[in-house]
Amino acid sequence: MINAILVFNNHGKPRLVRFYQHLAEEAQQQIIRDTFHLVLKRDDHICNFLECGSLFGGSDYKLIYRHYATLYFVFCVDSSESELGILDLIQVFVETLDKCFENVCELDLIFHMDKVHHILQEMVIGGMVLETNMNEIVAQVEAQGKLEKAEGGLSAAPSRAVSAVKNINLPEIPRNINIGDINIKVPNLSQFM
Amino acid sequence: MALKMVKGSIDRMFDKNLQDLVRGIRNHKEDEAKYISQCIDEIKQELKQDNIAVKANAVCKLTYLQMLGYDISWAAFNIIEVMSASKFTFKRIGYLAASQCFHEGTDVIMLTTNQIRKDLSSPNQYDTGVALTGLSCFVTPDLARDLANDIMTLMSHTKPYIRKKAVLIMYKVFLKYPESLRPAFPRLKEKLEDPDPGVQSAAVNVICELARRNPKNYLSLAPLFFKLMTSSTNNWVLIKIIKLFGALTPLEPRLGKKLIEPLTNLIHSTSAMSLLYECVNTVIAVLISLSSGMPNHSASIQLCVQKLRILIEDSDQNLKYLGLLAMSKILKTHPKSVQSHKDLILQCLDDKDESIRLRALDLLYGMVSKKNLMEIVKKLMIHVDKAEGTTYRDELLTKIIDICSQSNYQYITNFEWYISILVELTRLEGTRHGHLIAAQMLDVAIRVKAIRKFAVSQMAMLLDNAHLLASNTQRNGICEVLYAAAWICGEFSEHLEEANQTLEAMLRPKVTTLPGHIQAVYVQNMVKLYASILQQKEQAGDKEAAQEITQLMIERLPQFVQSADLEVQERASCILQLIKYIQKLQAKEVPVAEEVIALFAGELNPVAPKAQKKVPVPEGLDLDAWINEPPSDSESEDEKPKTIFHEEEQRHSRHRQPEIDEEELARRREARKQEQANNPFYIKSSPSPQKRYQDTPGVEHIPVVQIDLSVPLKVPGMPMSDQYVKLEEERRHKQKLEKDKKKKKQKKEKRGKHHRHNSLHTESEEDIAPAHHVDIITEEMPENALPSDEDDKDPNDPYRALDIDLDKPLADSEKLPVQRHRNVETLKSPDSEAALVEKKSKKPKKKEKKHKEKERDKGKKKEKEKKVVEEEEEEEEKKGEDLDFWLSTAPAPAPAPQAQSEPALGAAVVAEPQEVKKEEREERDDEEEEDEGKKSSKHKKKKHKKEKEEKSKDKKKSKKKSHHSEEEPPESVQNGTLEDEPLPPMSSYRLLAENPFIKMTYDIQGNLQNDSQVTVSVIFENKSTSFLKSMELNVLDSLNTKMLRPEGSSVHDGIPVPFQLPPGISNEAQFVFTLQSIIMAQKLKGTLSFIVKNDEGSTHEKLDFKLHFSCASYLITTPCYSDAFAKLLESGDLHMSSIKVDGISISFQHLLAKICFHHHFSVVERVDSCASMYSRSIQGHHVCLLVKKGENSVSIDGKCNDSTLLSNLLDEMKETLSKC
Repeated sequence: MINAILVFNNHGKPRLVRFYQHLAEEAQQQIIRDTFHLVLKRDDHICNFLECGSLFGGSDYKLIYRHYATLYFVFCVDSSESELGILDLIQVFVETLDKCFENVCELDLIFHMDKVHHILQEMVIGGMVLETNMNEIVAQVEAQGKLEKAEGGLSAAPSRAVSAVKNINLPEIPRNINIGDINIKVPNLSQFM
Repeated sequence: MALKMVKGSIDRMFDKNLQDLVRGIRNHKEDEAKYISQCIDEIKQELKQDNIAVKANAVCKLTYLQMLGYDISWAAFNIIEVMSASKFTFKRIGYLAASQCFHEGTDVIMLTTNQIRKDLSSPNQYDTGVALTGLSCFVTPDLARDLANDIMTLMSHTKPYIRKKAVLIMYKVFLKYPESLRPAFPRLKEKLEDPDPGVQSAAVNVICELARRNPKNYLSLAPLFFKLMTSSTNNWVLIKIIKLFGALTPLEPRLGKKLIEPLTNLIHSTSAMSLLYECVNTVIAVLISLSSGMPNHSASIQLCVQKLRILIEDSDQNLKYLGLLAMSKILKTHPKSVQSHKDLILQCLDDKDESIRLRALDLLYGMVSKKNLMEIVKKLMIHVDKAEGTTYRDELLTKIIDICSQSNYQYITNFEWYISILVELTRLEGTRHGHLIAAQMLDVAIRVKAIRKFAVSQMAMLLDNAHLLASNTQRNGICEVLYAAAWICGEFSEHLEEANQTLEAMLRPKVTTLPGHIQAVYVQNMVKLYASILQQKEQAGDKEAAQEITQLMIERLPQFVQSADLEVQERASCILQLIKYIQKLQAKEVPVAEEVIALFAGELNPVAPKAQKKVPVPEGLDLDAWINEPPSDSESEDEKPKTIFHEEEQRHSRHRQPEIDEEELARRREARKQEQANNPFYIKSSPSPQKRYQDTPGVEHIPVVQIDLSVPLKVPGMPMSDQYVKLEEERRHKQKLEKDKKKKKQKKEKRGKHHRHNSLHTESEEDIAPAHHVDIITEEMPENALPSDEDDKDPNDPYRALDIDLDKPLADSEKLPVQRHRNVETLKSPDSEAALVEKKSKKPKKKEKKHKEKERDKGKKKEKEKKVVEEEEEEEEKKGEDLDFWLSTAPAPAPAPQAQSEPALGAAVVAEPQEVKKEEREERDDEEEEDEGKKSSKHKKKKHKKEKEEKSKDKKKSKKKSHHSEEEPPESVQNGTLEDEPLPPMSSYRLLAENPFIKMTYDIQGNLQNDSQVTVSVIFENKSTSFLKSMELNVLDSLNTKMLRPEGSSVHDGIPVPFQLPPGISNEAQFVFTLQSIIMAQKLKGTLSFIVKNDEGSTHEKLDFKLHFSCASYLITTPCYSDAFAKLLESGDLHMSSIKVDGISISFQHLLAKICFHHHFSVVERVDSCASMYSRSIQGHHVCLLVKKGENSVSIDGKCNDSTLLSNLLDEMKETLSKC
């Protein structure tokens, strides 16, 4: 069983957090920090396995990680998983991301966390490996993407509204509006009204 | 109003989406927290709106914030709203958020049940998929119970995408709702052979996960997995299966034997390192399970070690790590094969990777022997000095101690060396394992009597140099060793050479900076020291010196009296008063030493850690009962601890050293003298031990180059363990020379008689005699200690609930809850269901109990009771039988089933292994009988045997049946019974014909593979004292029913029975018949001809019979799920008929069992005294029954595709029931 899948960057900023057993947010962050510190002090040329002791509340668990450019992909697994198998799985995951995002980089993960989750969900569910064939995973992800597009997508409504606003040449929209007292802070709006 | 609307639309316009949120956070690096709390406010506003798109957008942002560590559980209800959106886009967002933050404690989760059920049955496969994925993360016991049935249905979904997800999620359901395991397991098992490799892989995954926790319940699946292993090409699946076998082999060594060959093949053939590695791992597991007496597997071990060496030598650190990991597993059983790679492993200690170094350390732990212990520890000590970072150094330290102390100091030949090592370890600064070293010092000093003198001298030195250690006074720091040092010096003060000096060292003002518990020990032990000095001085008549020492104590003790630590203060003030009193006595010139020393009389023996727990409670002692009536004023009774000491001493005297003969003693004395002469530490007065060492005559034996200059400067007077290594080498060399001399002598004597292999260089471990004769005092245990540790099991293991016997047929009470309308009475409360499980889990215990009872009541022998017990035993036996059979055959991948499915080859096929098996069993039975039957009469014995034989026939039958196909449920015998109600023995074998020579019984089974064939199994039993041979069976074919004869023979030829029968033996043969119509019962006439051979000659005999094919024999027990059953009834193309039988007295339970057994039905559902049953004919007729029991009658309504078949079946049933 896979207990957790963590992706964080070279500074320990989480990019994807997936725990397969419930932990409070604080405990999750603590584990991410601890894991980051464990992994950080290891060179790139030493082995990718790490006994994490009682970090996850059981000595059976092992950290298996890979380091790609600015990102660490860390899987916490128990003894029923094959170590080398999981390393392969990480590779498959990254390759899949690469295919779905077309030359994936950290920014893709930052801005599309939801999509990364959806890709992961086609590979691993409930801590068990669902699919290891990249083509199959990509096919399912794309099929669901199409379905979403057909429905107009999530951003459809707001972005359409925004583009409409843009089209009527609204002078610079302040980025951070406190929605609470809109009248006071946005004087330009009168023009639009 | 208008303003509000406008405001709303503007809100919508400026909604941040996820990307905006992320960008915003990145732009507010300085005040991120503030910005995010602002965003959360916005999100709260958005969640209040009615527009689902806005809500979904907000929830999506929350999911991101959750990742950053923000608690979003307050939005749980909104998440559910988004989950229930109709659009897939929103639904997916909702489920993702739920999977990130929902858990068992989320209260609104109970609102989701119906939504999830709806999504699960959605026509859009991705809706279902998303719901399943979400469920996998937040399934609760309630959800599991309510949705188990829906998910189980999805396991047979048309889309493999859904099937594989459903299969995986079932595991989570099992965990949360263990009752679902048994009902769902058959379908899960089916999925192992799913056409889609993904589904297959998922099923393997789930079963492996289940089996890992409770392997014994899954042993019966071994043949199936074996087939998969030899056929699958998916490495993921292979790895899982191979790992599973690794967990199963310890339970069944025969399985291991079968596995070795295919695994070795895989090792040779595969190019995937991951697969290779797992194969090696499982081969190791197999070898471990076979470790006793399988010398011919040394090739496999060699192969494994060889492959692992390749891994370890690989430049890929991952392979190196795994190689070491696997190597440590081999080490446990085959240490020799690993020890030859010591060089490689020591090399790994230098690796830059800490994980690899730690692994190598683990390996070293198992590799030490008497011979190499010193060498290995020396290498480790070098690493300790070189190690950077305290973690790794501490790890090294604990490993050194572990290695040395393992199995009761088994490998230590020289304890002086060990004490020196411990003392050297005290030089480590900043270690957190001071207490570990201290514990070792205490343990060795207490348990190895011979070493006490040396230990005391070393400890005195430590106390002298306490200032070096005391600098680090943190808890568990190195200063802990002073605790041990003080105690050892005090307790064994008689060995102390300069007690005065030590006492002064202990009274130094610096001591007061030590932690309290150490000071306390100091105070206590300085009195012991004082007492022994006092005695010494008094004996010498040196009164002044005695008074001087008293004065010293009185001067210095007050510093402890002022201590802030209560324990120290109390002890010190107590002792100060005592010593003041002594001083008074001394002033009066009264000799006090004897009395003072009497304070510390007696010896402390080590007691095993669990000794207290293991003291058995004497019979008749009730610890909870009041000894006296509770008194109003409690008076404490004085206990006398002295008696304890007295006893201890008595016991101790039993551990006397074994007698040693003169010669040996002389030799040892010589050796020791030599060693002591070379040993600097016996001559304390020498200022520089090293110099002294070099002056000793033994020096020329030591090659100068071996002096290790890298060893850092020592604290003056501290020992150097390295010297022991050299001494040891020397000693061993000497020993060897001596031995060789002896050998040579022997050789001379034996020359000519005996050609002997020169074993000069093959000195085995046993030859190394320890340097000291050490008497390691074992830890004491109370007499009659209770043998077993029952406290090792963890009662809170969540996987224990899944320890469920899967081979037992499903009871009709085991059903997955199906959603029904509320007025249905059978809906159980969770409580009662839980009780049910409890009952079930208690079952095996009950069985055991009965078994024990049986043994106890052997003398009484109530036949009835015994029968019941045997019945149960048999049940257990049967379970293993398939597997037994599979394991006993030659290692062909798919053995038995073929034999059955090819009846065309010959009408009668009896697989030979079965015959063998049967004989075996009979032998076993006989043995058993001899065991039990000692007291019973011969008559009884015979009767008993017959019973057993019949039962074994039953067993065989059921075994054969289950060979028809693997999906078929294991046996129909128990179908529909509650396990706790024993059934009377039943046999489906009916009498065919009988004469004084032979008795034939038969049973008819439908053939699943062929819709127009049935198999007739006939048991021939030789009743005579003659030999029966050349048996031939022939029947008169009818138009409808024909016996299948070998090709080329005419319809009038008989079929030879493929065996002969010695007197008293029975055996079974099978004959296949073809049928056209099965709607009517048939009768065929036939004849068995055979030759009877005895001393007087041989005669030809014949026996006529009538073979009765009942309609029930065309039915095949087929399980049916209630949903399918309901559909079948609804379909409306079934004919109906019913019967009623009066005068039924047996219980409904037994009634159902009878129908199941004799008429090949299975129970679909049972409610109180009403049950629905199902069966299928070989030609595909569905037969449904509704059985209702009244007061004294039973009514059966039947539905079937064919009315004639139905009425015939019901008639047969009526006949069976009327016999009840």
